[in-house]
Amino acid sequence: MNLLVLAEHHADALTPATLSALAAARRLGGDIHLLIVGTDCRRIAESATRLAGVSRVLVGDATHLATPTAEDLTAVILSVLARNAYSHVLAPATSTGKSALPRVAAKLDVAPVSDVVEIVDAETFVHPIYAGNALATVRSTDPIKVITVRPTAFAGTLSETSAAPASLETISVPPADTRSRVTGRDLTASARPELASAKTVVAGGRGLGSKENFERLLVPLADKLGAAIGASRAAVDGGFVPNDLQIGQTGQIVAPQLYIAAGISGAIQHVAGMKDSRVIVAINKDPEAPIFQVADFGLVGDVSQLLPELTEKAG
Amino acid sequence: MKVVVPVKRVVDYHIRVHVKSDGSGVETAGLKMSMNPFDEIAVEAAVSLKEAGIVSEVVVVSAGVAACQDTLRTALAMGGDRAILIEISADAEKNLQPLAVAKLLRAVCDREAPQLVLCGKQAIDDDAHQTGQMLAARLDWPQATAVSAIEAAPGLLTLTREIDGGLERLRVDLPAVVTVDLRLNEPRYVTLPNLMKARKKPIETLTPESLGVDIAPRLHILKVSEPAPRARGEILASVGELVARLKEKGVFA
Ligand SMILES: Cc1cc2nc3c(=O)[nH]c(=O)nc-3n(C[C@H](O)[C@H](O)[C@H](O)COP(=O)(O)OP(=O)(O)OC[C@H]3O[C@@H](n4cnc5c(N)ncnc54)[C@H](O)[C@@H]3O)c2cc1C
Ligand SMILES: Nc1ncnc2c1ncn2[C@@H]1O[C@H](COP(=O)(O)O)[C@@H](O)[C@H]1O
Repeated sequence: MNLLVLAEHHADALTPATLSALAAARRLGGDIHLLIVGTDCRRIAESATRLAGVSRVLVGDATHLATPTAEDLTAVILSVLARNAYSHVLAPATSTGKSALPRVAAKLDVAPVSDVVEIVDAETFVHPIYAGNALATVRSTDPIKVITVRPTAFAGTLSETSAAPASLETISVPPADTRSRVTGRDLTASARPELASAKTVVAGGRGLGSKENFERLLVPLADKLGAAIGASRAAVDGGFVPNDLQIGQTGQIVAPQLYIAAGISGAIQHVAGMKDSRVIVAINKDPEAPIFQVADFGLVGDVSQLLPELTEKAG
Repeated sequence: MKVVVPVKRVVDYHIRVHVKSDGSGVETAGLKMSMNPFDEIAVEAAVSLKEAGIVSEVVVVSAGVAACQDTLRTALAMGGDRAILIEISADAEKNLQPLAVAKLLRAVCDREAPQLVLCGKQAIDDDAHQTGQMLAARLDWPQATAVSAIEAAPGLLTLTREIDGGLERLRVDLPAVVTVDLRLNEPRYVTLPNLMKARKKPIETLTPESLGVDIAPRLHILKVSEPAPRARGEILASVGELVARLKEKGVFA
């Protein structure tokens, strides 16, 4: 049985989400082929040959793959599938994986499974539906299973290495599909830990009141704790923080050791993105706020008073 | 140009659903149903492109039980020109999967020949985030997902996508499938006069059979369960107490 895992990388390293997808692949068992797509990605590919469970590293290197579109990724994946028999195609459930894998599946005429949180066996998967208020166990009858893996559900690590390095193979890639082209990216530059994999997340909502308050009250706490910053949809819509910090059903899914929600009411759409955190703290002036139903510890009061006090007592 | 907007009827987003005691699915009987919120954004985008003179006709399409007519009426009241209902039984709707929807929509696009399909980025019931990409693949058209800004020029679109870590700008030739994200626009409210006017707009009814599409599910639902509830926490009296408890748990430096 061969499994194909689509890798994501940036700054010359595989992303933590990729390591989670690999952990899920190892649960399935079989020969794991890791597909690395990009421009000048030889170094990453070489280091990936040491990853536990990976028997082959396939490298698709071309200038048009520097910021690949879903169309180009799909073409590369289909060309790999045409040359070799695979039982599964996996990718992390990131914006790239969620965009490309359904396209691959539709080309193969198979039904993909999104956001897998548990692997029961080679054809049976658990995934959340209705903002995580229900978990569906589904069995796929398709010849190739195409799944995206929720990174928070599978612990991936770089330290597990295999004794015998994987083989490294450069594959030829199909030409660019010029009907869609990435013309630019604005990535939020931040010295903080990446939100999706941070150990501590400090998140703010509408209750912070303004961008200025967000920066004055929440950012110092995050700085002191070495935490990533997150937000509710209302805080993003209000312009307090950029869109990629939205946590929830339709934003980022996080599961840190500690999640601090300040001025967030706890709508089901928000809770969907953070309820698997180990310890949840809620700070809200409304004792009836639904966030307290999922919080381990709650403080009822005003953020403008409680956040500075917490920042001062931290560390 | 003509735009097709697929709209899904889902349990209203305010409602927290519960799993049926026999584990066969989610209890939806008697719950308030609404248009998938992302699809309202897609309808709004299509209608504003029409108001801007870029789009000539907005065709809204829904696959599901007869009650999807209500969803289609709402879309017509927002400014859609005409509607297509692909009617299926309640039993078939329970396990209608994105691959089947993509095939149905492909068949509709073959008949309608639109230049653009505007979908929601995800349906808030199955949270699949698949249909638009799968439709694009079945049509062999380019795609753009999670779009938060659209600029139209002859034959192409300049788009902004929300991606992990920031924003991506994309240029896509038409025809194309675009799936929309929350920050693209704020959907207009449906007014009573517009709802009355929408009653006169045509809704055509088709079936999977008439479109020649097999909608049999490929994924078998073995079980639906509630996630383990979190143990009820405690309200603490002071910041000092919170810090002590977090240190006890080993999560606070
Ligand atoms: C299709 C769809 C998708 C969505 N996806 C997401 C998503 O992914 N993520 C998400 O977060 N939301 C999402 N939402 C929005 C969600 O429904 C809520 O509207 C949103 O989470 C509310 O954000 P909030 O808690 O910051 O604001 P509010 O609900 O307004 O809550 C603000 C809270 O702050 C408290 N407060 C006010 N002032 C103070 C103060 N001085 N001190 C302390 N507390 C104070 C209030 O008591 C209140 O509880 C989605 C909605 C839809 C329709
Ligand atoms: N039954 C349906 N009828 C019409 N459109 C649908 C249907 N199911 C999904 N869609 C469209 O596909 C989008 C994504 O849905 P999903 O892939 O299920 O998350 C929705 O926002 C709709 O635009």
